[in-house]
Amino acid sequence: MSAHAEPVGGRIFTRPFRVLFVLFALAGVAILWRLLTGLGQVTALNDGYPWGLWIAFDVVTGTALACGGYAMALMVYIVNKGEYHPLVRPAVLTSALGYTLAGIGIGLDVGRWWNIWRVPLFFWHWNLSSVLLEVALCVMAYILVLWIELSPAFLEKAQASGPPRLRQFADRALPILNRTLLWIIALGVLLPTMHQSSLGSLMLLAGPRLHPLWNTGWLPLLFLISCIAMGFAVVIFEAALSSLLLGRRPEMPMLSGIARAMVPIVLLYPALRLADIAWQGQLGLLFAFDRFSVMALLELALAIAPGILLMSPTRRASLGSLFRAAMLMMLAGGLYRFDTYLVAFRPGDNWSYFPSVPELTITIGLVAAEIMVYIALIKVFPILSGAPSFGGSAGAEPPATEKSAAEKAGAGWQPA
Amino acid sequence: MGINRRTALKGLVVAGAAAAGVRRVQASGPIGIPDDAVGLLYDTTLCIGCKACVVACREANGLEADPGWSGGLYQAPADLNEYTKNIIKLYDEGGERSYMKAQCMHCADPACANACMLGAFKKREYGIVTYDVDLCIGCRYCQVACPFGIPKFEWAKVAPRMVKCELCQHRIAEGKIPACADVCPRGAVIYGKRADLLREAKDRLAKHPDKYIPKVYGEFDGGGTQVLYLSHVAFEKLGLPALGETSTPTLQRTIQHAAYRGFIAPVALYGVLGAVMFRNRKKNLTAGPGAQAPGEAGARPRPSASGRGGERGGQR
Amino acid sequence: MSADPHVPFNRRGVSRRDFVKVCTMAAAAVGLSAKAAEKMVEAAARGLKPSVIWLHFQECTGCTESLLRTSHPGVAELILDLVSLDYHETLFAAAGHQAEAALKASMKANAGKYVCIVEGAIPTKDGGIYCMIGGRTAIDILNEVAADAGAIIAIGSCASWGGIPSADPNPTGATGAPQVLQGKTVVTIPGCPANPYNLLGTVLQYATFGTLPALDDLGRPLFAYGRTIHEHCPRRAHFDAGRFAQQFGDEGHRLGYCLYKLGCKGPQTHANCSSVSFNELPDCWPIGLGHPCFGCTESQLAFRVALHDTVEIHRPTPPDTYPPIAATQGGISPVATGVAGLVGGALIGAGYMASRKLEKAAGPEEPRSSQEV
Repeated sequence: MSAHAEPVGGRIFTRPFRVLFVLFALAGVAILWRLLTGLGQVTALNDGYPWGLWIAFDVVTGTALACGGYAMALMVYIVNKGEYHPLVRPAVLTSALGYTLAGIGIGLDVGRWWNIWRVPLFFWHWNLSSVLLEVALCVMAYILVLWIELSPAFLEKAQASGPPRLRQFADRALPILNRTLLWIIALGVLLPTMHQSSLGSLMLLAGPRLHPLWNTGWLPLLFLISCIAMGFAVVIFEAALSSLLLGRRPEMPMLSGIARAMVPIVLLYPALRLADIAWQGQLGLLFAFDRFSVMALLELALAIAPGILLMSPTRRASLGSLFRAAMLMMLAGGLYRFDTYLVAFRPGDNWSYFPSVPELTITIGLVAAEIMVYIALIKVFPILSGAPSFGGSAGAEPPATEKSAAEKAGAGWQPA
Repeated sequence: MGINRRTALKGLVVAGAAAAGVRRVQASGPIGIPDDAVGLLYDTTLCIGCKACVVACREANGLEADPGWSGGLYQAPADLNEYTKNIIKLYDEGGERSYMKAQCMHCADPACANACMLGAFKKREYGIVTYDVDLCIGCRYCQVACPFGIPKFEWAKVAPRMVKCELCQHRIAEGKIPACADVCPRGAVIYGKRADLLREAKDRLAKHPDKYIPKVYGEFDGGGTQVLYLSHVAFEKLGLPALGETSTPTLQRTIQHAAYRGFIAPVALYGVLGAVMFRNRKKNLTAGPGAQAPGEAGARPRPSASGRGGERGGQR
Repeated sequence: MSADPHVPFNRRGVSRRDFVKVCTMAAAAVGLSAKAAEKMVEAAARGLKPSVIWLHFQECTGCTESLLRTSHPGVAELILDLVSLDYHETLFAAAGHQAEAALKASMKANAGKYVCIVEGAIPTKDGGIYCMIGGRTAIDILNEVAADAGAIIAIGSCASWGGIPSADPNPTGATGAPQVLQGKTVVTIPGCPANPYNLLGTVLQYATFGTLPALDDLGRPLFAYGRTIHEHCPRRAHFDAGRFAQQFGDEGHRLGYCLYKLGCKGPQTHANCSSVSFNELPDCWPIGLGHPCFGCTESQLAFRVALHDTVEIHRPTPPDTYPPIAATQGGISPVATGVAGLVGGALIGAGYMASRKLEKAAGPEEPRSSQEV
């Protein structure tokens, strides 16, 4: 794939980039404010809802949306579909960025952020019963793993156009990296499996305060399955967007292939969810049409819809439909996480929470930063594969296109 | 239940210690309650709402005056908060009224301690759930976890800590008793060994069956707590949730320990993943160009250049 | 005792001024105006002193003693000068048949007008034989005297509801005057002893206006028994602040902290001890001296509830702010919801637009021509 992954090139400081930068700068101000005055002044968090937008979105939903790398690694390296390799590197980049920002989000959310370093280092204090410890360690390790997974892109760039010293280093490092990368990637599959499921088990501890429609022993499994579905959805989403915004040739055959692989996973999540609700005898609650039941039904509908959409091969061949289905899946997974962490969490009716403006500003700014860095990196480093302008008939006659695209893209087995 | 009890114990990694622990614990009632466990017994029928305990708690624990950050009124906290480890509330509805003293319940199997990454919250001597700020990151998972909503976060501080009743452990160390029990003019809250308090509570129930809801809250609730309640008003109305007899962390721990016991499963999974990937790579390499790989898009040739990274590096 | 009030005043070294002062205090105690006090003075000066028949039954004479042992010796005598004490076994010079004759004479002379004051409980067991005077039981005497009385006043807790003699196991079946005189209005002035001013005020009001003060359902004048000690306690601030004496002689006790924890019955005891000093001596009452109120005016408390047991507080007026069980906290800023709604809406809108664009650009049937920028 490296043969095909190339920097997109072009100006970095475009107008949209500047808009994003303004959003990020606003967030920077809010971040400074939070660091200087504490959480109470800046956020709407309270003792009833100690976790708010930053945890529910930046961390829990954010990392799930950053599961593209995980999903693609599963697909390419475990299920051994090497032909999808071109999609790995951009997916790993979004994952790396998503997780890094989630890490920053956690850093802003915790009260004593200057103590975070103690979590990985004070191993003799580790509370092995703490799911959060597991999540924290896994996420920290995974951020590292993702950047290592992505490092060939930087090294290749260094090889191609770096100063001699750096080139030398890259020459030496790349072979070593490529030999060992397999074990790093294996970690890159193991770690999300662990912590994405654990993000589900995390809320099991809220136990009685978690609404019964969400409080189930299957929470980790449901989180895991939905995050994989979300990972695939994000890959499609990204590819579609870069085709739209960057004028890239959409890798239609691969995308429809992913879409096909997604269908069972996407549908497995609502199926399991429904089965579990039925098994627990909570169907009555599901159709109580209170705010919980409405949210749960919405989640299920949002998850079933893309599953059904993607069952049709015609739709799978249309980038617009793929994009829609991907968005629905991302919404479904995101809503499930939001609900589990905020809506279904019931500290008592006397408590209420809605993120404050600075909280929203920081979240928006962080997402803006993610997009900024993504754009900058793909312009400078070899991340995306495929010709920047593909003049052929991308959409016509799906099988043929899939074949031709596969020829172009079939990078086969290569780590990152 | 056997499994739950077993899994409920901390540090299960050491199976031997756990097995020994189970035997000891089963002999002395609910899980996790040490033999020397101390606690409080609060009786709503005795409380006169004088708030002496609130004042005494503030003094004994060196808590600053509540500037009215949460409730709006100076020194009139609306609930337990970052300035208040103990509070008297009033239930007054439908002609029923009762005072309610809220503070940490010192659970047998505390959800907060279970949640805490580095064990800033820990069940220590006498079963008191204590807090060590040096090990706290301020993640507030304890707040999410606690079924009673006890730990409070210093929202107004730049260097916040968690605030929660630690049963005046500093006074106990000096041979005194918790300030609230010490100052209570009516014995509405008394301090003692949990076993004695439980006996006393049951005595009161037996002597005045007409006066009380026939239950000692905390005997088994939420896996048992070291602070016990007697009430003439339904416990739920006082904000004491119906928790059942299993402790809050049980479900999570059962799942988590099943998946991570001895860290065997993750290591095994890692091995399997590595092996599968290794095999895949081999297969792909030996298959060589033109080999068919299974996939939705059908067969396609595999570029030969896509072999080892080393080659690729050379390509560039 | 004396027909000309000015003579005894001068003889005892008490001026008219003092006399007016006492009347004013008595009037104020009953809640009457200064004008009423003037009328009292006038009435007394004119010799219109109410005839009082004072009966003693099962008692310690403490109420009489407290009436006599006032801080200013003149005042007790003044009180006695304000009424015409026609029969009083303790203070009488007469004895035996002479005394009984005086009683009979007074009852006859002032029938329907005299004030019958009862001090002491009345034994009812075994036909009332445990207290007999001149061969007659207390029940008989009381019934006879009360029959023609203009007003009946029970002074002290014994006469009001039984007092000490009625304490468990109550071997004599002791009970109060209201219980014996069923159906009659008996003004009770409980207390152990009762505050003399409460008696004086009641008697003077009757003498001057022929009326009785407003009473509660136990026959206690509301002016004196309308509220609890706790409501008007000089140590109340300590209660409110949660400062309690933990035991006798401890630091809190010495600092004058609230005595509730030591068994103070103030929260349930109706009396005016805290506002009308005994014998005009400030702090001359249990709480003033550092002892918890023992509830002497309350039939349910004194000699019934153990001295150091604490009581329920029925009307909790102390720190009157209590949070509810679940106080409403946290809030939703409308600005924030607006911002979130805008952002969410914009994202979903943008997503939809993008999907439309993509569909157009790369529909399955349309060949894709070129890239958008």
